[in-house]
Amino acid sequence: MTDYRMHILICGGTGCKASESNEIKEKLNYFISEFDLEEEVQVVFTGCFGFCEKGPIVKILPDNTFYVSVTPADAEEIIKEHVLKGRQVNRLLFNDPNTGEKITDSKGMDFYKKQIRIALRNCGFINPENIEEYIGRDGYQALGKCLTEYTPVETINEIKESGLRGRGGGGFPTGLKWEITRNVEAAQKYVVCNADEGDPGAFMDRSILEGDPHSVIEAMAICGYCIGSDSGLVYIRAEYPLAIERLKTAIKQAEEYGLLGNDILGTGFNFKIELRYGAGAFVCGEETALIHSMEGLRGEPTVKPPFPSVSGYMGKPTNVNNVETFANIPVIINKGASWFNKIGTAKSKGTKVFALAGKINNVGLIEVPMGTTLREVIYDIGGGIKDGKKFKSVQTGGPSGGCLTTKFLDTPIDYENLIAAGSMMGSGGMIVMDEDDCMVSIAKFYLEFTLEESCGKCSPCRIGNKRLHEILAKITDGKGTMEDIDRLKVLSDVIKDTSLCGLGQSSPNPVLSTISNFEDEYLAHVQDGKCPAGQCKSLLRYDIIEDLCNGCTLCFRNCPVGAITGERRVPHFIDQSLCIKCGVCFEKCKFNAITLT
Amino acid sequence: MTKITSLADLKRIKEEVQSKMKLRENSSNPDRVVQVKVGMATCGIASGAKEIMRYFIEELEQQAVDAVVTQTGCMGFCYAEPTVEVILPNREPVIFGFVNKTKAEEIIDIYIKKGELVDGIIPITFKTIDE
Repeated sequence: MTDYRMHILICGGTGCKASESNEIKEKLNYFISEFDLEEEVQVVFTGCFGFCEKGPIVKILPDNTFYVSVTPADAEEIIKEHVLKGRQVNRLLFNDPNTGEKITDSKGMDFYKKQIRIALRNCGFINPENIEEYIGRDGYQALGKCLTEYTPVETINEIKESGLRGRGGGGFPTGLKWEITRNVEAAQKYVVCNADEGDPGAFMDRSILEGDPHSVIEAMAICGYCIGSDSGLVYIRAEYPLAIERLKTAIKQAEEYGLLGNDILGTGFNFKIELRYGAGAFVCGEETALIHSMEGLRGEPTVKPPFPSVSGYMGKPTNVNNVETFANIPVIINKGASWFNKIGTAKSKGTKVFALAGKINNVGLIEVPMGTTLREVIYDIGGGIKDGKKFKSVQTGGPSGGCLTTKFLDTPIDYENLIAAGSMMGSGGMIVMDEDDCMVSIAKFYLEFTLEESCGKCSPCRIGNKRLHEILAKITDGKGTMEDIDRLKVLSDVIKDTSLCGLGQSSPNPVLSTISNFEDEYLAHVQDGKCPAGQCKSLLRYDIIEDLCNGCTLCFRNCPVGAITGERRVPHFIDQSLCIKCGVCFEKCKFNAITLT
Repeated sequence: MTKITSLADLKRIKEEVQSKMKLRENSSNPDRVVQVKVGMATCGIASGAKEIMRYFIEELEQQAVDAVVTQTGCMGFCYAEPTVEVILPNREPVIFGFVNKTKAEEIIDIYIKKGELVDGIIPITFKTIDE
């Protein structure tokens, strides 16, 4: 084994590469060979450190020195001072914002780590198909603790005190839900895990079931103990074959180990879990529709009350919680409510998992404490916008949520703040958009999704959303009027007020939030006939500038619909009535003679 | 497998597993036992994690490296799939991103066999519940 005495890690994330981390590496290597240190020091590129505002980052091992805002000109000093003489370069160290002092050892600067993994604690650590690895990381200890040390009421009180709220989107207090279900008298009750993850772009539930299925099984058993149920059901979409397979393996192993079944841990408590498959309908994420689907009926919602806690699956009291909510439970029991409720904001405790997607560098699954700002998520964890473009908006809450603008970048993320900003937590999809995205088209896209997924039972949702979509299509076609914008607002309000279930009650949110945050874009489409982002094809216009066109015929030969006419060496002309705005001429022209307006 | 019939039983198994892991880490031949974990959630598999896992198993066996290759769930670094974590004895775990066959070969030849780092390390950017 070669024994380097020192490693220099340089951030090779997109942001840091843009600020010359390649040059820093070259310079470091240059000075390393200059001082004959090749045998002792190695320079290595890493992925993003998640601290992009202070990039480029250079970390030195084994002493954990963390240099920030390093430039190629600093390379010589790092090698001469730090590597040769063992003295840290003071001016490159990070100032602790709390104490104002320089931080010499990055082990003590974990605050730059914005994430805390609670629900995802075992994902990527254990082998999900081996129950012993889960047990080795405190698995089933919480169940054991509840069964032997706590009464059901004490357990529920612990959950209530923790402040945990439903992670599927609604944010209903979990402990309270359990208490309500517990207090309904019935011979049979059910625990249901909602694994019908339907928001486009959200995949945290799938990842938890694939990476740590036992945490959900354990939590469902705890819930069963609390509400007085011996039967659990997981409603999971058939489109998640791997999650289903791992869940089945996990249930089988738990049964073999006696952690599911009769007389669990010798306490007399019985609990079993079965799976129910969904066909992947968005509306089945709604509790009542989900329960109907499990009963073999059409996945359509019914009016609440009665709530499932009173009359749910097979008419029995049923407690429905989402996968991520369950994944938090064992940690709350093991670490205590007072540990959990220190994380987060006043009304939203703990962490939330987000699926970070769209025009962002570090697409991924992240888990941050409630109260983290959008700016921290997008710029620090997400590594900023792709290709150095400008941030425009972030969509949270999926088709039921809204689009937030730059003015919300510093808003702490929690249930209340997102609703106040015209969006919602939802199940945690977070889609980042840049300057090239047209907000009217985005609203239209979400409406298309809602149209597909509306069950059709109530007219406001079935017909109203169709009309909303038609008006949006009219606007993106350049045929919209000012009255159309007003109609969108009025119709949206009616749909929200009169729809039967959460799907229709929230489906106009993308329309309303884009109108209120990006009204200028709607006006540009309607009044000026322009799409500022250049996305709406009907509103684009390609023209040939006569003075610049030398009649090379390249565009003429490449136009797929024969919309360009002209003779060799004579300026060409585009017939707007034939043009399909494909942009081929624009790309092919070597003389910049074609304009796009 | 005999059933776990009491909390004491469960605690005993937990300790056994933990000491087994410890043993693996500080085994009598610490220069040899290497742990490789491959992120095998749907997203990882879609970007080729299965082939990479097979490659690690076959290559490490062929080259007679004493190693345990296991699967694990999503590590959260979707932008850098497939992701692989390598734990050399007595060293901190290191996660590598964008692991294709070339990278896997490099990880085996340079990191696992010689202990030299290679480009493409993903820094841990989160705290755990025990911190």
